[in-house]
Parts: sequence; structure tokens; C-alpha cells
Amino acid sequence: MGPYVLRRLLIAIPTLWAIITVCFFLMRLAPGGPFDAEAPVAPEVLANLRARYNLDEPLFTQYWHYLGGLLQGDFGPSFKYKDFSVTELIAQGLPVSAQNGLCAAILAVLFGIPLGIAAALKQNSGRDHAVMGVAMVGIVIPTFVTAHLLLLIFGVWLKDTAFHLPAGTWNGGALPNRILPVICLALPFVAVIARIMRGSMIEAMRTNYVRTARAKGLPFRKVVMHHALKTALTPVVTYLGPAIAFLLTGSMVIETVFQLPGIGRYFVQGALNRDYTLVMGVTIISAALIIFANLIVDVIYGVLDPRVRYE
Amino acid sequence: MSEATRPGLNLRSPHGEALTAVEGRSLWQDARRRLFANRAAVLSLIVIAVIAFVSIVGPELAPWTYDQIDWDHVEATPPSLETKHYFGTDTVGRDLLARTLFGGRVSLTVGLLATLVALVIGVTVGAVAGYLGGKVDQLLMRFVDLMYAVPLTFFVIILMVLFGRNFILMFLAIGCVEWLTMARIVRGQTLALKQKEFMEAARAAGGSSWSIILRHVMPNVLGVVVVYVTLTIPQVILLESFLSFLGLGVQEPMTSWGMLISEGAQEMEANPRTLIIPAAFLTIALFCFNFLGDGLRDALDPKDR
Repeated sequence: MGPYVLRRLLIAIPTLWAIITVCFFLMRLAPGGPFDAEAPVAPEVLANLRARYNLDEPLFTQYWHYLGGLLQGDFGPSFKYKDFSVTELIAQGLPVSAQNGLCAAILAVLFGIPLGIAAALKQNSGRDHAVMGVAMVGIVIPTFVTAHLLLLIFGVWLKDTAFHLPAGTWNGGALPNRILPVICLALPFVAVIARIMRGSMIEAMRTNYVRTARAKGLPFRKVVMHHALKTALTPVVTYLGPAIAFLLTGSMVIETVFQLPGIGRYFVQGALNRDYTLVMGVTIISAALIIFANLIVDVIYGVLDPRVRYE
Repeated sequence: MSEATRPGLNLRSPHGEALTAVEGRSLWQDARRRLFANRAAVLSLIVIAVIAFVSIVGPELAPWTYDQIDWDHVEATPPSLETKHYFGTDTVGRDLLARTLFGGRVSLTVGLLATLVALVIGVTVGAVAGYLGGKVDQLLMRFVDLMYAVPLTFFVIILMVLFGRNFILMFLAIGCVEWLTMARIVRGQTLALKQKEFMEAARAAGGSSWSIILRHVMPNVLGVVVVYVTLTIPQVILLESFLSFLGLGVQEPMTSWGMLISEGAQEMEANPRTLIIPAAFLTIALFCFNFLGDGLRDALDPKDR
């Protein structure tokens, strides 16, 4: 397994490099720039600004500068947040996004897997249809709709009751301010995990070794938990890798709606402000996390299914 | 496909009486029968047709246009028959009915066009990679793998920011992002098809790779592709409304469902209607596309037969 992981890491580096390069040149070749203000800036000021951000150097020199900086963990200065470097902004935002994402991921696994199993064990029963119906709702309704509906219900309509939850503020990460965003983040993932789990569990329960285990007279519970579950989990794990990477890197929608100071919101703000260095920084961090998560998934495969051979 | 309209064979028994051969049923006739037996799918098809129809015709027939300001009702007036604002107006006095229908037109158009782009790229890449195999296959599929590792939504956003918010760029960009899964599915199908005798016959008859891909591979992957297309359209609509919601989609006074939801969200305390109406349209459309896609999969998926 060691050489396999090493090789995958070696493939990850050129992938990441390609992403960085494409990003960098896209940003630099684009018409318009971060200093296109409403009121024209004096040419001297503009020249100073360009010098400050190294924009007056030849393109390739800038590129090498940027790559060199990245190797030292320096994403360059932010164009809009004048007093911050992009590294500082990411260092502030990533923990917020990651905490919420982790809570949501745990919630999604805790609810999704049991719901999927419950539906699978009573296939085509009322329980099954109910779970799958709710899952369909969770998958189909976009997060920016659920987020607003929950805000409308808990933030506005239930304002004077005990169920009131604060709307659209972060408040330093107080618990009541975290509840709605985490639920919104988790909902679609609960739904997808339940669906995948149901499908693979049904398949697993039809296999010969499960039939053998039941014929031996093992208790049903034991058959489900020990024999069926392990194989049935593989597709869920495949899905979980990218899903967790997505959750950790912060949802742009949720963070915008609930005004959370995470990197998803920084990305949106950066995109709207043409803050190129910030946008690139967040993209690179997210890409790195996604690549890393996929690698971990492939390793876990082998643990769950010994038939998988690392080549 | 070619058997879709096969006439009853004209056979005769040894004694000369005409034998009425059993009319053959093609895959598509079977699929249609199964689809029409699925109530959720049929209902979804009808609802999609209705939404599409009112989105095309509605904005022309509505008493107000989508960008017309009714100066008598500039502050979000509630729905009423008297003012002819059947859904009321938004905060600047534009008719919400006309805007919702027009937004539907934009959202559905982007959904269809972007899916078309994804379809063309995905099917071409998938079929070529699967049919030619070898180095070409390796190269194309490694490229697809690489693209999977990239946070593509970020790229769509970057493109929208860099080159301005414009309608054509938007569906091109979304289409260029959504073709990956299509390519993988089509490649898998093509690999399986390649082993079939009729492909060997086509090759033996001297067909060129291109003509075989066009005449024999493409028609046979059509079933899977149709299913995947119905499932891609809602994804694209969702991505478009997500972009518009963040303020990166179409530009005022043009609108789309996502943008209406974002506008309505600003107003939800005073006028929840401005949020709920477009959200309901979007959600219903997404639901129906998903049910239709599931129905089509049940009808066309050869695995369940």
C-alpha cells in the first residue's frame, strides 16, 4: 500500500500544478482588473498599486514569483482586504468552514446510514417509501431555498417563541447561530447517503454469503451488522470522500446566506470584487483538499474490500 | 433503432396459407409503454410541458412585461385581480407573475442549451475513447480524471467573473463542466458494444471508424444518454440559479429563478411571497425532471429487464 500512496501523491502534484497554472493565466489574461474603480485612479497611483502587487513585471516573472510564494505557503497579498494577506484570510476562514463542515458530515453519516439501512431492510414498505420520499426532497430542493425557508420559519415566524434561532449573523460562532447552517449543509448529504446506503444494502442482503449466514441461524441483527454492512458501506465511502472535501471547504451558498466568515464566502466576495489572489488561493486550497480526500477514499477501499489490489 | 418500424413479416406456411407474424416490439416501444405506466413520470412530463409552455407564451400574454415598472404600485403590492398583478409586484413595482415566467424561460433555456453542449462533448469524447481504445482512450480518460479533481464550480464562477456576466458564456461554461460523467457512461457502453457481432460485421464490411461511431455506436447508447440528459438538465438549472443567486448569473433587468429567489430573500420578512413563489416554481421543475429521469431509467435501463 505504501508505494501506491506515494505514487498517488506524486500524481497529485502535477494535477495541482496544472490547476494553479490554468488559474493564474486565466486571471491575468482577463480583461479588466481589480483596480477598475468607478472613479478613474491617477496614473501615478495606478503605477504604484501595480508595483505593490508586482503587476508591472513580465507575466512569467509574476508566475514564478507566485509559484515560489506558494511553496512557502504564501498566497500573496489580497487585492481588496488591504491589510491582510490571502494566507491570513484563509487561515481565518478555513477553521470556520471546516468546523461547520465536519459537524454536517458527522450529522449526515449519523442519520443517512441508519435511514438507508432501515429503508433497505423493509424494501417497498411504507417506511421505505417515506424515507425515500424525504430523501428525494432533500436532494432536489436547492440549499439556497431550504436555507431561506428555514430562516423564514425559525428566524422570522417563530421569532417570539422558544424555537427562535438567530438569522443571518455569526456572533463569534455561538451555538444557536450554528444550528441552522449545519442542518442546511447536512440535509442534502443525509438524503444522498440514505439513498446510496439503501441501494447497496439491498444488494448486499441478496448475496450468497448473507444467505449462508442467515441459514446458519445467526441472529438477523448480527448478519446485518457484521456481514452485510461492511460490503454495503463501500459505495457510501466513495461518495463520502469528495462530499467531505466539499463540506470542509465551505459551501458558498450557506456561508453567504448565513453570513458566516468562512472561505466559501471569501471566495464569493473575492469573485464579486475581482480579488484575484483571494479567489486563486481558495480555489487551490479546495482543489488540494479534494485531491487529498479522493486519495484517502482509495486507501480506505482496500480496508473495506480486501479484493481491491493496489497497482 | 432500425427495427423501430419493422413491418410484420410476410411468411407463408408450407401449405400456402398466410401466417400473420407477431408484430415485433422495439426497445423504444417497450420503453414508451413502461414509461407511460409510471404515474409519477407521466405527471412530471405533463407538469414540465405546462411550465415550459407558460414560460414560452406567458411573458407575452401577461398584462405586464417582465421589466415594466408599474408606477402606481412601486412598493411590493400584494396579489390582486384589480391591479392585474396576479402574483403582486416586487419592491420596484415589476409584475411578479411576468418576472417568474420570464425567469423560467431563462432558467429552462440555460438548462437545455448547457445540457446540449455537455451532450455533444460527452458523447463524442466517450464514444471516441471507447471505440478507438488504446492510447486515445488512455489520454482522454486521464484528462477526464484530472478534470474530476478540479473544483469545477469554482471555474465556472471564475469564468463568469473574468469575461462578464453574459448569457452565452454562461451556458457554454456550464456545459463544458457537466460533460464528464456523460463521457464516462458513454465510454463504458461503447466498450461493451464493441464486443457485439454487429460491430464486427460493420468493421468487416469496411466501415470507417467515424461512420461506425456515428451509425452504430451512437444510436445504441441513445437510451442511456436520454436518461442522463434528463438528470443533467435539473443539475444545470440548479447551477444557473446558484450563480444567479450569488449575483454572478444573468444581468438585470433579465432575470432567472435563482435571481428572483435572491431578490425575494431580501424581502422575506415583509413579503415572504416574493421568495416563496419563484422558489416553488424552481423546486417543482427540479422535482419533475428528477422523477422523469428516474422513470426513464426504469423504462430504458437494460439491466432491469
